[in-house]
Amino acid sequence: MALDLGEAQASAARTRGVGRLGLALAIAILAVAPFVVYPVFLMDVLCMALFACAFNLLIGGGGLLSFGHAAFFGAGAYIAAETAKQFGFPFELAMLSGIASATFLGLLFGVIAIRRQGLFFAMITLALAQAVYFLALRLPFTHSEDGIQAVPRGRLLGIVDLGNNLAMYYVAAAIFLLGYLLVARVWRSPFGQVLRAIKDNQPRMISLGYPVDRYKLLNFVLSAALAGVAGSLKAIAIGLATLTDVDFTTSTAVVLMVLLGGMGTLLGPVIGAILIVSMDEYLAGIGVPVPVVVGVIFVLIILVFRRGILGEAIYHWERWQARVALRG
Amino acid sequence: MSLTALFGQLLLGLINGSFYAMLSLGLAIIFGLLAIVNAAQGAFYMLGAFVAWMLLQYLGIGYWWALLLAPLAVGIIGMILERTLIARVYNLNHLYGLLLTLGVFQIIQGMFVHWYGTSGQPYGDPVGLTGGYNLGFMFLPAYRAWVVGVSLVFCFGTWYGIEKTRLGAYLRAATENPMLVRAFGINVPRMVTLTFGGGVALAGLAGVLAAPIYQVNPMMGANILITVFAVVVIGGFGSILGSIVTGLALGVLEGFSKVFYPEASNMVIFAVMIIVLMVKPAGLFGRER
Amino acid sequence: MLEPVLEIAGLHGHYGESHVLHGVDLSVGSGKVVTIVGRNGAGKTTTLRAVMGMLAKRAGSIRVMGTETIAFAPERVARLGVGYVPEERGIFASLNVAENLFLPPVLAPGGMSSDEIYRLFPNLKERGRSQGSKLSGGEQQMLAIARVLRTGARFLILDEPTEGLAPVLVQQIGKVLETIKEKGLTVLLVEQNFRFASRVSDSHYVMESGKIIDRLDREEVAGKMSRLEAYLGF
Repeated sequence: MALDLGEAQASAARTRGVGRLGLALAIAILAVAPFVVYPVFLMDVLCMALFACAFNLLIGGGGLLSFGHAAFFGAGAYIAAETAKQFGFPFELAMLSGIASATFLGLLFGVIAIRRQGLFFAMITLALAQAVYFLALRLPFTHSEDGIQAVPRGRLLGIVDLGNNLAMYYVAAAIFLLGYLLVARVWRSPFGQVLRAIKDNQPRMISLGYPVDRYKLLNFVLSAALAGVAGSLKAIAIGLATLTDVDFTTSTAVVLMVLLGGMGTLLGPVIGAILIVSMDEYLAGIGVPVPVVVGVIFVLIILVFRRGILGEAIYHWERWQARVALRG
Repeated sequence: MSLTALFGQLLLGLINGSFYAMLSLGLAIIFGLLAIVNAAQGAFYMLGAFVAWMLLQYLGIGYWWALLLAPLAVGIIGMILERTLIARVYNLNHLYGLLLTLGVFQIIQGMFVHWYGTSGQPYGDPVGLTGGYNLGFMFLPAYRAWVVGVSLVFCFGTWYGIEKTRLGAYLRAATENPMLVRAFGINVPRMVTLTFGGGVALAGLAGVLAAPIYQVNPMMGANILITVFAVVVIGGFGSILGSIVTGLALGVLEGFSKVFYPEASNMVIFAVMIIVLMVKPAGLFGRER
Repeated sequence: MLEPVLEIAGLHGHYGESHVLHGVDLSVGSGKVVTIVGRNGAGKTTTLRAVMGMLAKRAGSIRVMGTETIAFAPERVARLGVGYVPEERGIFASLNVAENLFLPPVLAPGGMSSDEIYRLFPNLKERGRSQGSKLSGGEQQMLAIARVLRTGARFLILDEPTEGLAPVLVQQIGKVLETIKEKGLTVLLVEQNFRFASRVSDSHYVMESGKIIDRLDREEVAGKMSRLEAYLGF
């Protein structure tokens, strides 16, 4: 059975995302942000936001809860870091290597898991991700607890020196924006519509003759690949690839981000990521136990805010609009 | 590899297996009746150990009383959580139940890590069970023998209680058709609460048993939880016997692989889980739900 | 004159968003057998479920043996001395026949003893150790009725007891109902099989689209057959 929110899904499926005005606004904000907030922190946020958007393709678009998305994020991170550091790959190649490895893992996991749903799907992805975690723990190149450090950023296309934080930031922002727009495109495309139809009523789609498993697998691989983009970018921008990137807490963190922001929406995951990463940063600074706060938020969302912040906002906005329309 | 070392590992495997069995038994019972995977089971295990430690540390109450009091305390906490939080998600998609209990797990573990850090507190072998027996091919510590014994008794006792007694019949009937059981005059919601309490009390008991072996550490739940998930998946989600047998078997299997191929020992259980999920997703003893 | 065992007034019921019961009124006198008849989808089973407290959204008044039960949970309704035999029969597959039979707790004195039950339903004794799922439709129906007879319930609610059963078994159920009647128990019955219903019932309520549209007592049935045929669509 697919994870889904009923009527909130129906309205959000009309997909608010960014219209052209919204896009211009987003570009403006992204352009100005590094002068207001520390660029490296912003890059961390952008990577997690992209990761969350990638995850949302699977859960919001496909209704499947994966407990192992960190495997793709982390694989991207480790491979990008290793190729950049040990093999001296330039930025683009390192990124591509990371993305390729995440995509490959996505295909592998997908083929194994995609025929299951609901709880079993979550458990399979968990097991597979644990396998990746153990690999990361044991393989020599990952240096287990130390991770891969001091990953060089190199040059973009041999020209732009990414050692400059501002330059790296703008490249990261561009990649994020491209990733987001890709997700929005897929979400609104016929492919996305079929996926939502499968999520709502898979038996019907099967009887209509759709190759349901192939759609779901493609969506899964896409989600994994984008998670790989996020991970690769993060490893290079922040300069680190560690065990945390592949472990269970990262997998659950991304679930939280998407739930918090609103899983039926396009912008929701971004909002969720911004909130969680910022909160993480702030709370760790003042010594509050972050997992407790995360847990409390999780519990609250599931009990009262299943639509997430943006989801609730949209829902109430539409109900208010409907009431206004009735009054005429 | 000497015979002593082999048996030593096997014993450890059996002990781990006992804990896996007890925790997954609780999970299976809860899942059978509530259709929710209680991701907080690991936290209750840790709570059991901590309550035992706190009883000793702050009240001077020793192991033997802790064996009774800690599971009781854990059970009560579990029942409160069920009534206040978990009951609210019964009519939602069951994945929400998993996520909710995961949140509860994070809260409980987070608090204990905050208070006690991530290193363990020592808890000594209880009086009367120190020392051991020399069996010739190995030395059998008394406490470890006790742990395996108690676990087996509780596991099979629970199985018997569910399969063979009248109370167990109520549980099995309510698992199948709770509405109808209520129509016969049985207060099923209360039974659910008590069952949840029982399932987590089993975890708490395992925690007390584990305290002298693994020390009392806020992270003990997380370390064991993912393995316990694997056990329940392999055994079959609602199967009582499945969890017990699979838990024990996997513990022993893990022990064996530590002897012959230590690097892969953690992975062995997951490899089995992946294979089972591909071939028989309902689990070795499970019924397709 | 004893008060009615069941009195429903203005009962409205919803399944989610859809309004299925539109103000049902009916009453069942003590010691009587009353049937609700009507076409499929009229709301008969829904009414029974509402009485048992199993319909989530309901409003109006349901009085069982004098107690207002509109807001009661199923277990509270049952404990007033009500026995429910659902349409699906509800035999538990993971219990054997004996466990199924003895599962419902005794709610009041005066229920049938095991001997009486085995005399009325002889096959149940032999099949004691079989798993519930292994019984035939007829055996399941007998078991479903037998187990509420043990509980001492004075008011029985049966949903389509003869559905899908061979004529021989239908006759057997008829006999069981007569025994029940002799013991002074009250019965509310939903039945599609009108011939069966007319033989055992003291009165019939005709239900359509969630409302009671007519009531016919036993004596009136013969004279109003054509009207009944129109209602029930034969």
